[in-house]
Amino acid sequence: MLQPHAHSDGKPHVYTAYHPRWLRHHTSTYWWLQKRSYFAFILRELSCLFVAWFAVYLLMLVRAIGRGEAAYQDFLAWSASAPVLLLNLVSFGFIVYHAITFFMAAPQAIVVHIGGRRVASGLVGGAHYLAWMVVSAVVAWLLLGAR
Amino acid sequence: MIKRHPEPLLWVLFSAGGVMSALLMPILMALFGLAFPLGWIAPPSYEHINALVAHPLTRLILFALSMLSLFHWAHRFRYTLYDGLQIKHLNELVAILCYGSALAGSVIAALLLWWPHVIR
Repeated sequence: MLQPHAHSDGKPHVYTAYHPRWLRHHTSTYWWLQKRSYFAFILRELSCLFVAWFAVYLLMLVRAIGRGEAAYQDFLAWSASAPVLLLNLVSFGFIVYHAITFFMAAPQAIVVHIGGRRVASGLVGGAHYLAWMVVSAVVAWLLLGAR
Repeated sequence: MIKRHPEPLLWVLFSAGGVMSALLMPILMALFGLAFPLGWIAPPSYEHINALVAHPLTRLILFALSMLSLFHWAHRFRYTLYDGLQIKHLNELVAILCYGSALAGSVIAALLLWWPHVIR
């Protein structure tokens, strides 16, 4: 029910009857520092920054290869410079953390049924880790073994 | 008429990017980011890596990896800002910047892989 009421500036002020008071708890901007699990959560979320960095780094490598041998060698030399090396070292840690946490979550996200029975979550998770190992071995072989 | 929301598609791109980057990035980062620069392993010769990147399947995989990883970043970073820094009032601007950057990065990736002369 609305009740118009004259305001001091002449404009009608509208009240809503029985309007509830907002119950809002203020959450600190630094809530993720309060618990170790919250901090691990935010680190996992921030791993996406390093995933994006490596996508850019990979595209820079592709660009260097497209420009010729000298550009490829320059890229390798630039990768060996201290700031890039340090960034890639940190990125490697975050990307491995991303991979482990993503595969850990996979059995909860993917529910597989075979013959009307649910496949055990350990098997779904294990298949992801196995795929990770196989893909890594194939990539390493393509880059190092098949030359 | 049913209004279509982009959210399910964004979640699919996020998940696909998460899986692809988890499968491929650790080994690529270990080699190109650490082992080759630190001299632990000799990097592949230019002829070898050029032939590898020139293969259509490699290009397709590199494009999928770059594009999906960028959309993975966009989606996760958007929610990190939303939950972590609680900048909910800038939700639309953050979404435009995140997905816009991922889209721009994907276009650049396609150009670099199939039409490199365009952006040389």
